[in-house]
Amino acid sequence: MTATAIPSPSPTNPGDGAGAPRPRTRRNVELGLLLFVAAILLVYAAVVEGNAIGEVTPDFWVQVAILAVIFGAAHVAIRFVAPYADPVILPAVALINGIGIGFLRRLDIGRAKAPLRADLSVFGGDGFRQLGWTAAAIVGAVILMLIVRDHRSLSRYAYTLGLAGIVLVLIPAVLPARFSSINGAKLWIKFPGFSIQPGEFAKICLLVFFAYYLVRKREVLSRASKRILGIDFPRGRDLGPVVLVWLLSLMVLIFEKDLGTSLMYFGMFVVTLYIATVRVSWLILGLGFFIGGAFLAYFLGKTVGGPFLNFSERATTWLDPFADADNKGYQLVQSLLGLGTGGLTGTGPGAGQPLNVPEVRTDFIFSGLGEEIGLFGLTALLVIYLLLVERGLRAAINVRDSFGKLFAGGLAFTLGLQVFVIVGGISQLIPLTGQTTPFLSAGGSSLVANWLLIGLLLRISDASRRPAGGAPSIGLGGASSGGGGGAPVQIQELPTEVVR
Amino acid sequence: MNPPLRRVGVVALVLFAMLFVNLNYRQVVKADDYRTNARNGRVQASEYERARGKIINAQGIAVADSQETGDTLKFLRTYPAKDKYAHVLGFKPVNLGATGLEKLNNDFLIGTSDKQAADRIAGLFTGKDPAGGNVLLTLSQATQEAAYTQLGNNKKGVKSGAVVALDPSTGAVLAEVSLPSYDPNLLTVHDGKSASAAYSKLDGDPAKPMLNRAVQEIYPPGSTFKVITSAAAMTADSSLTPDSTVQGGEFYTPPQVSDFRIKNAHEGICPDQITLKQALTVSCNTVFARMGVERIGAEKLKAMAQAFGFETQPRFIEDQEKNYCNVAASHTGPMTAGADNRVDPPAVAQSSIGQREVKMSPLQGAMIAATVANGGREMRPYIVDRLQNADLSNADRTDPKELGRPISGEVATALQQMMFSVVTSRDGTGRSANIAGLQVGGKTGTAEDGDDAGDHGWFIGFAMKDGKPIVSVAVFLENAGKGGSAEAARIAGLVMKAYADEKGIK
Repeated sequence: MTATAIPSPSPTNPGDGAGAPRPRTRRNVELGLLLFVAAILLVYAAVVEGNAIGEVTPDFWVQVAILAVIFGAAHVAIRFVAPYADPVILPAVALINGIGIGFLRRLDIGRAKAPLRADLSVFGGDGFRQLGWTAAAIVGAVILMLIVRDHRSLSRYAYTLGLAGIVLVLIPAVLPARFSSINGAKLWIKFPGFSIQPGEFAKICLLVFFAYYLVRKREVLSRASKRILGIDFPRGRDLGPVVLVWLLSLMVLIFEKDLGTSLMYFGMFVVTLYIATVRVSWLILGLGFFIGGAFLAYFLGKTVGGPFLNFSERATTWLDPFADADNKGYQLVQSLLGLGTGGLTGTGPGAGQPLNVPEVRTDFIFSGLGEEIGLFGLTALLVIYLLLVERGLRAAINVRDSFGKLFAGGLAFTLGLQVFVIVGGISQLIPLTGQTTPFLSAGGSSLVANWLLIGLLLRISDASRRPAGGAPSIGLGGASSGGGGGAPVQIQELPTEVVR
Repeated sequence: MNPPLRRVGVVALVLFAMLFVNLNYRQVVKADDYRTNARNGRVQASEYERARGKIINAQGIAVADSQETGDTLKFLRTYPAKDKYAHVLGFKPVNLGATGLEKLNNDFLIGTSDKQAADRIAGLFTGKDPAGGNVLLTLSQATQEAAYTQLGNNKKGVKSGAVVALDPSTGAVLAEVSLPSYDPNLLTVHDGKSASAAYSKLDGDPAKPMLNRAVQEIYPPGSTFKVITSAAAMTADSSLTPDSTVQGGEFYTPPQVSDFRIKNAHEGICPDQITLKQALTVSCNTVFARMGVERIGAEKLKAMAQAFGFETQPRFIEDQEKNYCNVAASHTGPMTAGADNRVDPPAVAQSSIGQREVKMSPLQGAMIAATVANGGREMRPYIVDRLQNADLSNADRTDPKELGRPISGEVATALQQMMFSVVTSRDGTGRSANIAGLQVGGKTGTAEDGDDAGDHGWFIGFAMKDGKPIVSVAVFLENAGKGGSAEAARIAGLVMKAYADEKGIK
C-alpha cells in the first residue's frame, strides 16, 4: 500500500484544525474541569452521608481527596506524556469514575447496620477497593501512554494482538465452567480470591487488529459488485473475514452465553469496517447477520435447547419480565422498580434503597443510581458518556493517519456501544446481558481495560491536536519502539504513514 | 474516512437518544406503576418504618407482635403463638397481601386509619412518629389453648377439624381453631423467596392447612340440626313440649312414598311412643324426620334455619361490606324435586336430620347453641373487642349486637332442657361433654359424607350456671368415623371447662 492509496483529508477542512495556528495545550482547562469534578464528588459524598447515615461524618472527604490526588497525578502525567490531549476526556471519565466510587461507598454504608454506619471505615469496602483499582488503572494507562509514544507503532503488533485477542475471548469458553462461569455467563477466568474478565482486554487487542487489517484491505472491501436498491454490496469472496468475525461473536453468544459481549465484538467490527470502506452495505449486512443470528439462536433455544437455551430464556424474560418476576425475571423486575421509584428527580443520593436491586454493584449499578439521582441524574451521566464518545470520534477525525482514525473511531464507538448494551439491558430496551457499565461498575478488569482504552484515546487525541512541527519524528518513535529487535522498521512499509 | 466517522457519531447519538427516551418511559410514564408495584420492596420498607401494632388476646397476651430487626425492613412481624391463632390472625407478609384480622385491621395496625386521624395531627406538633395501634381480641387465652390442644390430641386421630367457642350473651368469640394449622411466622420472614416458597408449599398442600374450617367451610351437620327441627316444631305448635309424646319407631317412610325409609343409628333406641326430650337425648332419626315432613313442612323448617342465620353470611363487624375472611353462609338446600320444584317428602325427611343438602359451618353451630343458651336472643359474633391507640387510649370498642330472636324464650328454655338431657341422661349421646359444677347442654351429630369417607363428628353445646349462659361451643371432627360425635362432645366439655376455670366459675 502506498501513500497515494489513502485519500488525504482536505487540509482546508475547518473542522480538522490542521491548518490552524499552533494550538494551545489547554491543560489548564483540564485542571479546572478536574477541580470542578472534585467539587461535585465532594458534594455527592456529603449528601450521601447526610441521607444514609443521618449526619456528615468528619471522614466524608477522605475518599474524594484520595481520588483527587490520583486524578491530579494523572493530569500532571498527561502534561508530560500527552500535552496536547483533549482536555475534556480525563475530567469526564474522572466524574463517572468518581460517582461510581461514591455510589459503591454508599452501598457499603447501606449494607452496614444502622448504628455502625457512622463508624464505617473509609479504608475498606467496595468503595475503597474500587478506589484502589482506579489508582492501578490510571497508573496502567499512563504507563501505556509512556510505552506507546506513537499510536501507529501499535499496528506493528497487529497480528500478535489480534491473536491475543482471540485467545483472550476464547479462554473462558474453553475452560470448564467452574473456572469461568459466574451467574451463568462464561466470561471469566477465576483465580483463587479474584477473577478477571479477559474479554474486557480482548476488546482493545481485537480493535488494533481490525484497524490494521481494514486499513490494508479497505480497497478490496470497498469494491462493489452488485447494486441492490441503490446500495453497493461487496463481492462474495470478500465476505470471508466478516463471516469469520460473525462466527466468532456467535460462538461467544452460544458458548459463553453472553449476548452483550457478542454484540460488542460484532458491532465493533462492523463499525470499523464501515468507517474504513464508507459502504453502508456493510452496516446493513452486519446488522442483518447479527439480527438473523440472534433470531436463529432464539428459535434454536426454543426448539433444540442445549447451548441456545440461555439466550432464548433471556429473550423471553426481556419480552415480559413480570411473567416470572420471582425467578428469571427477578433481576430485571427489581431493576425497573428501582428506576421507577427514582422517577424524575430521584430520592436523593443515599436516600434510596438500591440494595433491593440484585447485582447492584456491577451489572445493575445504573439502575441503583437511577433510584437515587433520578432521570435527571442518569441523563447527565448519559450526556457525559456521549461527550466521551464524541470527543473520541473528534480525535479520530482530527488524527491524520488511517490506522489512528479507525482505531480511535472504534475505541470511541465501542465505549458508547457498551454503555448502550448495558443501560439498554437494565432498562428493558434490549435483552439483558452481563456487561459492566464502563467506569461505574465495581470490578478491576473492566476499570483497568476501560482506562487503558482512555489512555489510547488520549494518546491519539494528543497526536491529532499536536501541531505538525511539534510532532516527534515518526522515525524516532519507530526506532525507539522497534529498538529491541535489530533493524529499524521501514516507515514506508507501515500502512499507517502520515498523510500531509 | 471523516464522513463515516461523523455518521458513526450520529449513530452513537441515536443510540443514546434511544436510551434517553426509554429511561423517560421507565422513570416518568411507568414510574407510579413501578413505585407502587407489589414486588417493590421499597413500598413495604416504608410500611416497615414504624412498628406495626400488636394483636392482643383477652388476657393481654400479644399474639401478633413486631420485633425490631436492624435491617432495611426495620420490623419483623411475629406470631408468638405460632399455629394456635393462625387462621384468626391471618398474616402480614412482605410480598403477598395480608389476610385475616391483619388485613381487616391493616389501616389501624399501621396507624393510617381514620380513627387515628387525631393522633396523626397531634404528631405533626409533637414531632412524634405516629405509631400503629393495637387490636384487642375477645379470644380467651385458656379457651383457645384448650381448643387447639384438645382438638389436635383427639382420640380418633383426626387431622382436620374445627372448634368455635362463643360467649352466648354477647357473641364474643372465645376460641376459634381450625386444623390442620400452619405457622404464619414462615410467611412473614423478610427473605421473599423463602416466604413465597413457604406459601406455595401451604397452598399446594392437599390437606388445605390455610383453609379456616371454623368459618370458611360448611359441612353436613347431621343430628345437630335436630335442634333447629325441634325449635321449628315447638314454634309451629305451641302445645308441643319436651314432655309431649311423639311417634318414633325403627323406621320412617313419608306418606305416598314407597322406596324410601329413614332408620335410626341403632336398633332399639327409639320406641314407637317417645317424649320429644328423650327423642333428642338418644337422637331418634325417625321422630325428627316424621316431624319435619308431617308437622313442620319444608317452608317452616327452612324459615327456622334462616332465622338462626342460615343462608346469610355471618358478619363480625358493623361494616356489612367487610369480613376478616371469606366467611361461608350455611344453607338448607331447597328440599324439592323435579322440574316443577315441588316439595319432596324424602328430601324434607333427610333435611330434618341434617343430611341431604343441609350444610353448616362450625361457627353457625356455635351460634345455634349460643342462641338457645341466651334465651332465644342471637348475638352477632365478633372477635375484635377494642382498638387501642399507640398511647393505650381507646379508639374504638365493639358493642354486642343482637341479630334477632329466632325462637321465643319459652322455646329456648324447652330446648335447653332437652339439650341438658342429651349431656346428663344415662343414655344421652353427649355424656362426655359433662362438666362438674356447670349445667351443660348440647347435641351430637354424626353426618354422612359420601360413601367412602368416614362420618363427620359434631357437637354443639353450651354451659350455664344458675340459669345464666357462660359459653357455647361447636366442635367438628372431619371424617372422624364411628364414635366421632362422642369425641367431639368430650373436646367441647374440656374447652368449656377451660373457659369456666379461667373465669373462676365453679
